[in-house]
Amino acid sequence: MNICKGNPDTLTTTGERTEGPLPAAATRNACKLCTPLGAAMVFKGVRGCLPFLHGSQGCATYIRRYMISHFREPVDIASSSFSEDDAIFGGAKNFAQGVDNVIHQYAPELIGVATTCLSETIGDNMLGMIKTYQDKHCGDGPPLVHVSTPAYTGTHSDGYYSAIRELIKAFAQPTRITQPRMVNILPAMMSCADLRHLREICALYELEATILPDYSSTLEGGSWECYHRISPGGTSLDEISEMATAAATLEIGHTQAVDKDSAGSWLERERGVRCDALGWPIGIRLSDQFFAAMATASNRPMPAILADERGRLVDAYVDAHKYVSGKRAAIFGEPDLVVGLAAFMSEIGVRPVICATGSKVKKWKELLASEIEGGTADVEILSDADHAKLAEAARTLKPDIILGSSKGYPLARELKIPLVRIGFPIHDRIGAQRMLSVGYRGTLELFDRVANALLESRQDDSATGYSYL
Amino acid sequence: MNSVNTPSSIRVLEERSGQVWTKGSGKEFSCDKKSAAGSVTQRACAFCGSRVVLYPIADALHIVHGPIGCAVYNWDIRGSLSSGPQLNRNSFSTDLAEKEVIFGGEKKLKASLIELIHYYRPKATFVYSTCIVGLIGDDVEAVCKQVTKETGIDCIQVDSPGFKGTKKSGYQAACEAAYKLVGTGDTSGISPYSINLLGEFNIAGEAWMIRGYFEKIGIQVVSTITGDGRVDDLRRCHGAKLNLVQCSGSMTHLSKLLKDNYGIPMERVSFFGFEDTARAIYTAAEHFGDPELLRRAEELVREEISLYAPKLKQYKKRLKGKKAALYVGGAFKAFSLVLALRALGMKTVLAGTQTGSAEDYEQLKEICDQGTVIVDDSNPLELAKFVLEKDVDLFIGGVKERPIAFKLGVAFCDHNHERKIPLAGFEGMLHFAEEVANSACSPVWKFAPRRQVKALRLPGSDESANQDPGTLASKGGAA
Ligand code: SF4
Ligand code: SF4
Repeated sequence: MNICKGNPDTLTTTGERTEGPLPAAATRNACKLCTPLGAAMVFKGVRGCLPFLHGSQGCATYIRRYMISHFREPVDIASSSFSEDDAIFGGAKNFAQGVDNVIHQYAPELIGVATTCLSETIGDNMLGMIKTYQDKHCGDGPPLVHVSTPAYTGTHSDGYYSAIRELIKAFAQPTRITQPRMVNILPAMMSCADLRHLREICALYELEATILPDYSSTLEGGSWECYHRISPGGTSLDEISEMATAAATLEIGHTQAVDKDSAGSWLERERGVRCDALGWPIGIRLSDQFFAAMATASNRPMPAILADERGRLVDAYVDAHKYVSGKRAAIFGEPDLVVGLAAFMSEIGVRPVICATGSKVKKWKELLASEIEGGTADVEILSDADHAKLAEAARTLKPDIILGSSKGYPLARELKIPLVRIGFPIHDRIGAQRMLSVGYRGTLELFDRVANALLESRQDDSATGYSYL
Repeated sequence: MNSVNTPSSIRVLEERSGQVWTKGSGKEFSCDKKSAAGSVTQRACAFCGSRVVLYPIADALHIVHGPIGCAVYNWDIRGSLSSGPQLNRNSFSTDLAEKEVIFGGEKKLKASLIELIHYYRPKATFVYSTCIVGLIGDDVEAVCKQVTKETGIDCIQVDSPGFKGTKKSGYQAACEAAYKLVGTGDTSGISPYSINLLGEFNIAGEAWMIRGYFEKIGIQVVSTITGDGRVDDLRRCHGAKLNLVQCSGSMTHLSKLLKDNYGIPMERVSFFGFEDTARAIYTAAEHFGDPELLRRAEELVREEISLYAPKLKQYKKRLKGKKAALYVGGAFKAFSLVLALRALGMKTVLAGTQTGSAEDYEQLKEICDQGTVIVDDSNPLELAKFVLEKDVDLFIGGVKERPIAFKLGVAFCDHNHERKIPLAGFEGMLHFAEEVANSACSPVWKFAPRRQVKALRLPGSDESANQDPGTLASKGGAA
């Protein structure tokens, strides 16, 4: 049997290429996931926390499935399992029953409640329901925190940042104490290795850090000798409650920096903790900014280890610049990741010809323009994009390489160019959790991946089969 | 610490106690219930069921009407193959935004459909309504009618909002939708010895193998709707003389409609394992009552088995006496797996399904050994509990079950729609044995903390560490 190898997106059912105006109304192969997924990911980064989605169970199951295929770890997310009646009459009964069952089975230290489209639309009063539940149980049992995540108002990225903010609002107690060696780090949606590296960096600056969320061990743990109801690790509630005592907050992600209601700006406004809004530390310039902020927060110069790493990174840039310089890249993913990657690409001489995200982001063009050297006049900037739009642009602009999640594979295959996997989800490779890309060391690893992908494709394309490049 | 040192410390939720049963216990068993809130069910939703059944129709346009999640989590994640068009591998969605949720999404749906149909020229279009649409009350039916009229392409609503129930209700909705096309095609050229293969999903090309068996013995396969499916085959499948239904849950309803309205008889079959595959082929051959057909069937079965059976021996030797747990979507798969594992010398100590019916479970109880635990609509904690209690060597399930096994140092075999290796038919049995043996006999398990024996203590760890509770859980704790 012959299997049609073409890209499913460009073919009619009879196999011809399609022509005519591009469909615009429907989303074709979305470049985003839904809001509760982001919230669930944050809740997975809090110690003893069980995520709970208020709505029909399909949403929870799909989100679990998706996270499991990326992290390859248990991801238990409870649901209030709405039936038709609940959708009509409200989900209060299911909610209470669901929470009872979760407490009974999981004995969580916290339940992170996120809404779904359905419960948002029927207008279930989450806060009221939580209060009723807690009153009825006289405050016994774990605390519940709520984040509102209707998927029709944002993407997984929004859900992620909202959940961080709600956790801080709920638990960061006001205080007069300041612990000068304490720092809060609010990371964007990074890999487990990235989060671990951030912690290492803090130690080098002799800082004690609260990283929220920290799913580095809950979503990449060791092999178990016994069954953990909830994966060990994560930021503890005590740590969150002490966040107001920190000397500073480092908030990572460009879109966070322009968001007046971000978690970091809330901590600054309401709890008096200075907030440094930073980009995603990929590449030398953005990492420099990050380390400068670390130096300020810690009042320490850059540790020698990091200075060495920076030196090696510059050296690597030099060694491989000819292989990458002048190449053109298509980048897609979470809005902040794309800005970080675009900054990195442009500093090694790769032109980011397409920058795409599925989110609708305020000032995204400006954010990109601030990081891409030489202006963005010739850069196709697509926010609110889907993979069909990304593919159309790529067919015209013919990039040499794609940076993004596994979802870029069909396009890479069609254009016969390499895909360097980064972001979420990566479900066709092993080790997404372990891919390091932040700081000098992470950039070095990512840089090698990019350069080697280009070398490999050069080798594959050559008629000679050069074994020495 | 939030851990479970001994399996007995995981308790089954009271509401679920009837859904967990041990053979020989004499207790009542209940199933066919909606999932308990907060139980972390492994089940998905009705919409998921309808997608599973219809999406392999490769030359149809499938569009999900609702917010983005429901569509995007389904984008090309399955292992069902098409020999031609690939339109089904896209994820199309109306991706409703807030204002459409408030003011209704009909306009966007219509605009989306018209554009997509003109661009991709599908043979038909299926529109799946998700929870939100069920709630805001869009008249999807009316939009479909209009679009059909304007474009000349059949546009069919699949009424499957997730909250309508489990996957099963989605199967029903899918069958209703598919049935709307049945009877609209030309049945000329259909042989008196002809079948429809229903509920075969062509994972990794399995439907092609099975189709090959039938064609070899002289039976025409009119349609394989749920695997490498085509709209035109669906339109004329009422011309076939027999329906072979594999995944009974998903396709029983369609075959019932075909029986009631076209008088086509139905037989339940399975193509998993030598025994079941042979039986399925004989069932069809016997149905047509032609001695020549039967002779050819016997010849085929003999040939295939003599080709693959000897190769199984090496795996059987390695797998003898190992214990398996299985948790799968439908009951039919569970029956076949129990038998296939037995054929490999393995024992099934835990068997469960997401959506089995009372009738299914009766059959499952019968074929299982004494002491086997049977679970309906289980959750990760229960599954982990029994994996530990029964000290299993192999788990068979899908993506969501995999980490439960792996974390506890247990081999795993993927047996759902996402796998990429054909496990059906005679040849598939060999793949199955190979996959099971390669995983279950992998040397990596010796490093799993739960499996570590004295000789393999961590370098530098002291003797007392031998008493770790995990070891107790796996050995001493085994009931
Ligand atoms: S339960 Fe409803 S909203 Fe959730 S995935 Fe299923 S159809 Fe979509
Ligand atoms: S209904 Fe909303 S929350 Fe649920 S899967 Fe769909 S988009 Fe996500």
